Amino acid sequence: MAANVRIKDQWQEQRLFEQRAVVAGGVIAALSVLLLARLVTLQVVRHDYYTELSQGNRVRIEPLPAPRGLILDRNGTVIAENRPAYQLELVREEVPDLAATLQRLEAIGLIPEDDLDDARKLVASHRSFDSVPIRLRLDDEQIATFAVHRFEFPGVDIRTRLARSYPYGELAVHALGYVGAISEQDLGRIDRAAYAGTSLIGKLGVEAAYEKELHGQNGSREILVNAQGRSVQRQGALVPNLRTVAPVAGEDLLLAMDLGVQKVAEDELGARRGAVVAIDPSNGDVIALVSRPGFDPNTFGRGITRVEYKALLDNIDRPLFDRALRGTYPSGSTIKPAIALAGLVYGAAKPTEHRFCAGVYRLPGSSRMFREGRSGRHGSVDLEDAIARSCDVYFYDLANRLGVDHIASFLAPFGFGSVTGIDISGEKPGLLPSREWKRKAFSRPQDQIWFPGETVNFGIGQGYFLVTPLQLAHYTSILANQGTSYKPRLVSGLRDPVTGAVRRFPPEKGAQISTATPEQWHIVMEGMAGALRGRGTAAATAGRNMTYDIAGKTGTAQVFSVGQTEKYNEKMVPERLRDHSWFIAFAPAEAPRIAVAVLVENGGFGSTGAAPIARKVMDAWLLKGGGT
Amino acid sequence: MTFGSIDSSYTRRTLTRSARTLASLRVDGPLLVGLALIAIFGLIVMYSASGRDLASVVKSATRIGIGAVVMLALARVKPGFLRRAAPIIYAVGILLLVIVDVVGYIGKGAQRWLDLGFVRFQPSEIMKIAVPMMCAWYLHERPLPPSVGSLLASTAIIFVPVALTIAQPDLGTGMLIAIAGVLVVLLAGLQLRVILALAGIAAVGAWFGWNFLHDYQQKRVLMFLDPQSDPLGAGYHIIQSQIAIGSGGIFGKGWMNGSQGQLEFLPERSTDFIFAVIGEEFGLVGLGLLLFLYLFVVGRAIYLAMQTQETFARLLAGSIAVTFFVYVFINTGMVSGLLPVVGVPLPLVSYGGTSMVTLLAGFGILMSLYSHRKLIRS
Repeated sequence: MAANVRIKDQWQEQRLFEQRAVVAGGVIAALSVLLLARLVTLQVVRHDYYTELSQGNRVRIEPLPAPRGLILDRNGTVIAENRPAYQLELVREEVPDLAATLQRLEAIGLIPEDDLDDARKLVASHRSFDSVPIRLRLDDEQIATFAVHRFEFPGVDIRTRLARSYPYGELAVHALGYVGAISEQDLGRIDRAAYAGTSLIGKLGVEAAYEKELHGQNGSREILVNAQGRSVQRQGALVPNLRTVAPVAGEDLLLAMDLGVQKVAEDELGARRGAVVAIDPSNGDVIALVSRPGFDPNTFGRGITRVEYKALLDNIDRPLFDRALRGTYPSGSTIKPAIALAGLVYGAAKPTEHRFCAGVYRLPGSSRMFREGRSGRHGSVDLEDAIARSCDVYFYDLANRLGVDHIASFLAPFGFGSVTGIDISGEKPGLLPSREWKRKAFSRPQDQIWFPGETVNFGIGQGYFLVTPLQLAHYTSILANQGTSYKPRLVSGLRDPVTGAVRRFPPEKGAQISTATPEQWHIVMEGMAGALRGRGTAAATAGRNMTYDIAGKTGTAQVFSVGQTEKYNEKMVPERLRDHSWFIAFAPAEAPRIAVAVLVENGGFGSTGAAPIARKVMDAWLLKGGGT
Repeated sequence: MTFGSIDSSYTRRTLTRSARTLASLRVDGPLLVGLALIAIFGLIVMYSASGRDLASVVKSATRIGIGAVVMLALARVKPGFLRRAAPIIYAVGILLLVIVDVVGYIGKGAQRWLDLGFVRFQPSEIMKIAVPMMCAWYLHERPLPPSVGSLLASTAIIFVPVALTIAQPDLGTGMLIAIAGVLVVLLAGLQLRVILALAGIAAVGAWFGWNFLHDYQQKRVLMFLDPQSDPLGAGYHIIQSQIAIGSGGIFGKGWMNGSQGQLEFLPERSTDFIFAVIGEEFGLVGLGLLLFLYLFVVGRAIYLAMQTQETFARLLAGSIAVTFFVYVFINTGMVSGLLPVVGVPLPLVSYGGTSMVTLLAGFGILMSLYSHRKLIRS
């Protein structure tokens, strides 16, 4: 056989195969060891790491919102509570055609047309299996409507949840504030983690100021989820240690407010624009805080529609504007008691000294005339008369003798020109003018000079001097207290919703005015009491049939400037340019339990516009035994 | 043994009788037991991996049953017949592959199945056995180690069906067919220097090929090799399967208590990634046990291959045995993150496909090759 011809050698081939089989076995063994090593790495060495990853995969934390604290008035009447509300919810994946469904819901009146886009975006921003609330707080009629059409809407259903409810609607809304959807701005000042699961936050009023106390602490619940993030119910070893942290309910707010008095004040103002602030002078408790017109806070909690919100914003009466804290007006004559006191303290006025009022005042060496506002001429008046009958000429002269520096420095501790420090935010400081202020406020040198005529106007609360109704009430309570002031407060304590334990806040003292003697305070009080007696400015209105003594002062703030030679004629001036009507009072005069300031915008004279309201408010408080 | 004499003799008699029965069926007892244990373990896991779906378990069991019947039938077929039939089976297989490709081309879509009306099957599955059969048939008459000519011919035998399968496109199966064929050539005794030379040529070719590829094509290849670079796409599977295996620990979370599998974080949990379900629920112990069973089957199969006397039988049996291990290693390697993700099921455990039947058919052929040997060595 030729050397290059190979023949089959069965035995050699068998050996060759066996060799190869052994090699294959070796390779198989090596690969198996490699695989085993890999499994040991995964399951033993890095076991903890992967356990954590798998735990993170399957457990999702679901927040449990804490019930918001209630708000109660001083008699325990609940003003803000949480009630089950019916809301329309939609699960996208169960809805065959989202756009058509929303259109149809709009057609039967369950979604306002303007909110369709928002609803669509809201649904799109959630996962397809999430139940998304598209309409909060349905009324009975809407619930009935949906019930009839329910079969047409797969994936849409009505669910209940706890919603903020204000059973008295508009009543006290500016003091309470309201809750609304958490805005971008809100997100900046809250701990986002603590608000997971909370969809509403306090806006304005005590709802905002005591947000922290009302909110409580949200709890959380670990739930088992599958790869799609869908919650799954399962027993056994998959759910061995799912934790639940119970929420801690928010604390209840105990208001100093008396809802009865508040209601009287609001009813008396009625459709007029204005504000009423009533304070207990002995501790700063705010018994009533009214700004009219108001609005229904419930509309915000249920999700205000665009149309509703625009209507509120566009309303010429500005219902969202809190006149009591943010409205600044000339004080008018209500400042006269303080000017009188300043005169006594600085020796510019003597109690028994009489001055003659001929209805007009001229600064020495000047031809400019300062007219008596209303009563023509008062004749010979002393200090008490001047307050009681609100004699402008007397105070023109007194102011001129005091000088602006004394007036400004004397008024400052009454809280003018600064915020009172009430426990809700948004308060305006008003304006307490002075030489110093004028120098800074104006740019042209000729404007920076304080003119003597400005001091004269200051004496009757006109000119630059601006106050808020809250400031005037605060000032009245200091007059009532003969110099002792307390920071006004809406909230007097907190209540633990579980144990019922009440934590009262001690009254917080403000500046003490100790420059005046008790006798001087008494003279001013007598002057104010005189306003409601005899020939006093409010004797015929607030002073009628008094069963207790009232010390008060009317005021009229000019909106419209009257020329030097003209006379103000109410009938000739458009309603919104008419004077604002003020009245401040405290009672009982000798041992005051309430101090009130009432403002009626464009209400005309203080005695007719504001004084009767103040009387009703005091009656509501005192005749019922309030503050005793 | 501590059996009583009666019991002991009874047991012995029973065992003897079973052995005889198995022998007459041409079935190898240890191999059968090994396969059965894997299948039973697989069905237990299947119940959990399918989300307690008894229907899936029944379907899977039915496939195993069909496979077992095919296996028992093939075990009785004489090796000579198999050898003579090899070229015919191969030719028919090629023809079916061409039909599938043409149908797919006309229908403008990926096509793997052939629908014969009463049954649908993948012709590429036939090729998993037909290719090593054909290679063994071609090489058994030729002197071994194979000459250059035989090598080229074998390459052609392997290349044609592999190319047709990849064209379907089904890269995974094409690769497995190629491995089954190449294993025959390797077992036939291809010289080490030839192996090295071919490996060298392949490496150089790959390097040249790489440089000819466009950037985006290179990226595609890299993505295939490293899926973890895409954690939400291709990498999601492998990341989740590693979490499943790793969190299982040594003893596992318990049957039907694997969160990764039960809560569907693990994709393909009852098919390609069922190994991860076992790892999560039965831990290292479960995986070790399964691996032991696989190695027992592979070892027994190699032993049987070595016992055969003809070249055709040896090469085919050896290829079937080693290919089985390759399947196991590719799947487990992929699921545990050693290898890139390719769609290869875990033999005898993963749900579905004709692969279950093909595998058992292979073992049937292996049993036939072994049990029909002539006992000339005394």
